[in-house]
Amino acid sequence: MTLKSVFKGPLAAWAGAAVLALSMAAFAPTVARAQIEVDIDKGAVKPLPVAIPAFSGGGRGADISQVISGNLERSGLFQPLNVANVADKLTDVNVQPRFPDWQATGAQALINGQVTVGADGTLRVDFRLWDTFSQQQLLGLQFTSTAENWRRVAHKISDAVYERLTGEKGYFDTRVVFVAESGSKLARVKKLAIMDQDGANPQYLTDGSYIVMTPRFSSTSQEITYMALRPTGSSIYLTNLETARTETIGKFPGMVFAPRFSPDGSKVAFSVEKGGNSDIYVMDLRSRQSTRITTDPAIDTSPSFSPDGSKIVFNSDRGGQAQLYIMNVDGSGVRRISYGGGRYTTPVWSPRGDFIAFTKQTGGEFHIGVMRADGGDERLLTTSYLDEGPTWAPNGRVLMFSRESANGNSRLWTVDITGRILRPAAYQGAASDPAWSPLLD
Amino acid sequence: MSFDTQRVARLAMIGLAAASLAACASRPKPAGPQAPTPAPSQPTAPPYTAPATPESPVNQGPLPGTVQDFVINIGERVYFDTDQYDIRSDAQPTLTAQAQWLNRYPAVRVRIEGNADERGTREYNLALGARRANAVREFLVGQGVSGSRIETLSYGKERPIDPGTGEDAWAKNRNARTAITDGAR
Repeated sequence: MTLKSVFKGPLAAWAGAAVLALSMAAFAPTVARAQIEVDIDKGAVKPLPVAIPAFSGGGRGADISQVISGNLERSGLFQPLNVANVADKLTDVNVQPRFPDWQATGAQALINGQVTVGADGTLRVDFRLWDTFSQQQLLGLQFTSTAENWRRVAHKISDAVYERLTGEKGYFDTRVVFVAESGSKLARVKKLAIMDQDGANPQYLTDGSYIVMTPRFSSTSQEITYMALRPTGSSIYLTNLETARTETIGKFPGMVFAPRFSPDGSKVAFSVEKGGNSDIYVMDLRSRQSTRITTDPAIDTSPSFSPDGSKIVFNSDRGGQAQLYIMNVDGSGVRRISYGGGRYTTPVWSPRGDFIAFTKQTGGEFHIGVMRADGGDERLLTTSYLDEGPTWAPNGRVLMFSRESANGNSRLWTVDITGRILRPAAYQGAASDPAWSPLLD
Repeated sequence: MSFDTQRVARLAMIGLAAASLAACASRPKPAGPQAPTPAPSQPTAPPYTAPATPESPVNQGPLPGTVQDFVINIGERVYFDTDQYDIRSDAQPTLTAQAQWLNRYPAVRVRIEGNADERGTREYNLALGARRANAVREFLVGQGVSGSRIETLSYGKERPIDPGTGEDAWAKNRNARTAITDGAR
């Protein structure tokens, strides 16, 4: 089990997440997962039917199961069924379900739960994940939290279910920082915004009086960096989401843009333009010393660190048009990794290190694609008038990106690394430049 | 893509010579301290005069040395080819005229704003816009404008001037704008 019991900062109200698995030892992975499993790398040709009845106990029970249902459905790997009319009401989470009732729905898995509110208002949520046909319990967990954190309980349960059934980490207890857009193409207003991964709790972080672009999370999930553009010049900001404190990384002679944190959060890589030439710099955030690591007269931008922090992938037009290159973090050992036709930009290293996602422009269309870190196995996952700027879910198996239609409407979309599960993100406002947080702790 | 800026400029210049004197004379004089203005009474209609025949309009051209003079008579934007930043031959007369104008009005300061069309990703286009702005800056400096009067900025693809989606629109959106920030009349 991978549940953590520690929530820092404002989430300290979370109490320990006790694990109540009933005889977990009985479920050696080979046994339990032989019955139902979802192969994420095949992109779920057919999503797994699941039953997620309203959790018993009243209060937030129905809301919690609805959030879980939405999460699993949007992953494209699961198909929640309408089970309102199933006779078995599952009022007590410690009583075995009547499996024939659930088998009759066609559900291969059942997620049921019970909500209890303590005298002090504390929310306790017990849930079970069952294999309806083998009649085995696959998970049994209990979460306690303050009542207002009920959505996060639902996201934690979603993550636990996803991990149990796919073998991959979930990505539901996460947030997305992005640029909320309004106004016409000729008078666009851009505000920095943040939301839960499922579109809930959207909040503006800037007022739209200046342009904001390309926000990114640090690995701590409490800090973001982004670019601001005003007629007087550009700045790169760091904002602490807990304290709301914002500071610039300092003054540079020309444009500064394309910031991105190193995986340990100690550095920011970004581009600095001087006399029309853009190069990549790395700043140590503690000392505030920055080092220029590319010197080519070409455009060098969109740096992204490898998960171990030792390398940077970036795009450069030093070869004539924009292609992807990898270098050591000190700028040595530059080598090109993309060789297909067209222009490659916005490379982003997967948090797992296996893939690099990118935007590719070819034949008048834009694609989100992935390739191995050595440039092999290139796969284009999407095609449209304008797709750009992929960001990885923390499990490295799902990407979010901006898709802008010819009329200028920009929306957030997600696609899995097989390219089979392509769909609009839960947030349906006009938006661009999404950046996925790490799993919250 | 051809904005017919040359022709517009020539036409404007013709009217300008005649119009500027009259326009100067009609400039409001600075008023001294005065008592609070009384509330406006009902507007009275001015005596009716028939509109002049459109045969010979009096062109109220902009005053020399003003922002309008620069925008209308010189032209503030030059255009670029896809993913390119070299100054096209059709941009050179405009930039030469910009340099001459700036040399005539040495108090004027400008910001060159580089722009890109939407057929590129955001960060790359910021870099591309910066190249374009710098190419214009270097051209002006080469024509004798002091570099200390010129700042540059890239808007990338954030400030299109044509919302269309075809090559015509993109061609307009690939530009560098010389924006006067200070010192104009």
